[in-house]
Amino acid sequence: MSFTLLAEQTLNGLQFGVMLFLMAAGLTLVFGVMGLINLAHGSLYMVGAFAAAAVAGATGSFLLGLVASLVCAAFAGVLIEVLVIRRLYERDHLEQVLATFALILIFSEGTRWVFGSFPLFLDTPAWLGGTVTLPFGIVYPVYRLAIILVGLAVALGLFWMIARTRIGIRIRAGENDREMIAALGVNISLLYTFVFALGAALAGFAGAMIGAIQSVQVGMGEPVLILAFVVIVIGGIGSIKGAFVGALLVGLTETLGRFLLPEFFKLLMEPSAAISVGASLASMSIYLLMAAVLLFRPRGLFGSA
Amino acid sequence: MKMRSLLLAAGFVAVAAGAQAEGVKVGMITTLSGGGAGLGIDVRDGFMLAVAQSGRSDIEVVIEDDQRKPDVAVQLADKMIQSEKVDVLTGIIWSNLAMAVVPGVVAQGKFYLSPNAGPSQLAGKGCNKNYFNVAWQNDNLHEAAGAYANGAGHGKTFILAPNYPAGTDALTGFKRFYKGDLAGEIYTKLGQTDYAGEIAQIRASGADSVFFFLPGGMGISFLKQYAGSGLGLPVVGPAFSFDQGILQAVGEAALGVKNTSQWNKDIDNATNAAFVASFQAEYGRLPSLYASQGFDTANLLISAMGKADVADADAFRAALEAADFASTRGDFAFASNHHPIQNIYVREVIKEGDVFTNKIIGLALENHADVYAADCKM
Repeated sequence: MSFTLLAEQTLNGLQFGVMLFLMAAGLTLVFGVMGLINLAHGSLYMVGAFAAAAVAGATGSFLLGLVASLVCAAFAGVLIEVLVIRRLYERDHLEQVLATFALILIFSEGTRWVFGSFPLFLDTPAWLGGTVTLPFGIVYPVYRLAIILVGLAVALGLFWMIARTRIGIRIRAGENDREMIAALGVNISLLYTFVFALGAALAGFAGAMIGAIQSVQVGMGEPVLILAFVVIVIGGIGSIKGAFVGALLVGLTETLGRFLLPEFFKLLMEPSAAISVGASLASMSIYLLMAAVLLFRPRGLFGSA
Repeated sequence: MKMRSLLLAAGFVAVAAGAQAEGVKVGMITTLSGGGAGLGIDVRDGFMLAVAQSGRSDIEVVIEDDQRKPDVAVQLADKMIQSEKVDVLTGIIWSNLAMAVVPGVVAQGKFYLSPNAGPSQLAGKGCNKNYFNVAWQNDNLHEAAGAYANGAGHGKTFILAPNYPAGTDALTGFKRFYKGDLAGEIYTKLGQTDYAGEIAQIRASGADSVFFFLPGGMGISFLKQYAGSGLGLPVVGPAFSFDQGILQAVGEAALGVKNTSQWNKDIDNATNAAFVASFQAEYGRLPSLYASQGFDTANLLISAMGKADVADADAFRAALEAADFASTRGDFAFASNHHPIQNIYVREVIKEGDVFTNKIIGLALENHADVYAADCKM
């Protein structure tokens, strides 16, 4: 095992983590501020990817596709918030899960109805294609590097917004005491819609970025949704900082585990058994990580009591 | 609740109406929703096209969606046998679902015609006189890929497949025929969408070529990311990642890739030409190999119906074994374990106008049967 391989895998883990953060940020905000479990968050990721694929396919411009993903996902977010989600804030979590699960089914079959059952084409733009040689001879795809940079920029922007702007103060206040900020004259229902749309736009954006290197198909959001839930549980529900740290931890554990565990078992047993034991353990690794974190910090790394 | 009882009632009415029809009642359990829906839809469309073309009114097909979930598939099979009283079941795409459903179905004396999944367990010791596979045994296309890799001069191949029954069959099949060294071997997670880690390992391994089996969306993701990595090693795979349904989503990244298949739209025989033309006319898209398998499955069934009554199980089985139908693949016969003996071709991904598709460039294995037949005692 060489240093360059390890470094490349670490970059891969970082890239995966940054994308997970975009998903998890919206999920954790919505849960933290509104106390809502939104299973349909993965559908918004899918909406973003499909919007990007459709617009990029029609116009030939990847950037327009990205803009479309943000707009369409935010619009879909506002739509479901106003029509469905708004009625769920006062209900208990089981009813929220049921209703948002129904939304998953509606979105999936609706998307199939519009776009058909076959995956759509969305490719990385030519100006982000190819590879770049980093220091120490690491050859890395330009597009993945761009994902890392864009993801980090979005994370910084979010932190700035939450910590420094008026809307950020209101979001944090809403998290602490929703009756009080309503009493202070803040339009809480507008704030909720905004937070929900923001989370949806981030998810849609992640879907479009990832859609370019993966398959844009119905049901693409649900596997990511599960990982995003793991991330926010590890990071502490409601904490943006926790979502960031959790996402990087999950990204690195998943990527490095898949690569290092089979290598590790090869030291202990014959290669073919090591490969299958390593692969099986690697798919459990992030859940083991989650269990370990919860054992020592039951509310997650940055969860408030 | 009211809605549910209403639906139930409607269901009973449908069953009662169905029971009066004579002929053969077919239960099709296939994947029509979720990520793998494209495959199920192709099988269904190919199957129904053959039924429509036969002009027979005595075939009734009940179609249900298994959502790619083994538990759902088992429930559907029970329902089809017990309340719908079907004679023949078919349709399952995924090997893990087939393993959950097929043994129970054939144990109840029903026929099962597989239009896709062919797990090794059902071809060897677990074979059954009422189980027929019209597509291939899982290993077959991978064996052909191994044979092709030898001929193409690949001496250090890196191989990867998902960690599930068909994935293990794939790598076993490839290694059975491949004579060179392995640069590495990886089992990925089923449904995995990011292959950056695996591609980095391929880069570091010093491989001279890559063999992969990643059906459906997994293959789209892998190929796009592989093209983006600038690795550029030759890629070989079975047809499952290069079928008509997903090639358009992969785009340029797939051009020139060699893949192995028992079928392609340019196989030169009258049945195939008519099938490709009529499929395109009916559904407005090119057929995939899954569609051809669905079409052949229905034609096998129709040929058996012409010879025997399904109520006479022994005669009907003998009629199926004869495989006296015009296959889109040309020559077609069953081995002793009811799996096909057929040619497997090497195809190359090309662009025809705006459409990505395959063309046959050679024969990988002639009249190929699987290795499990010897273990099969019926």
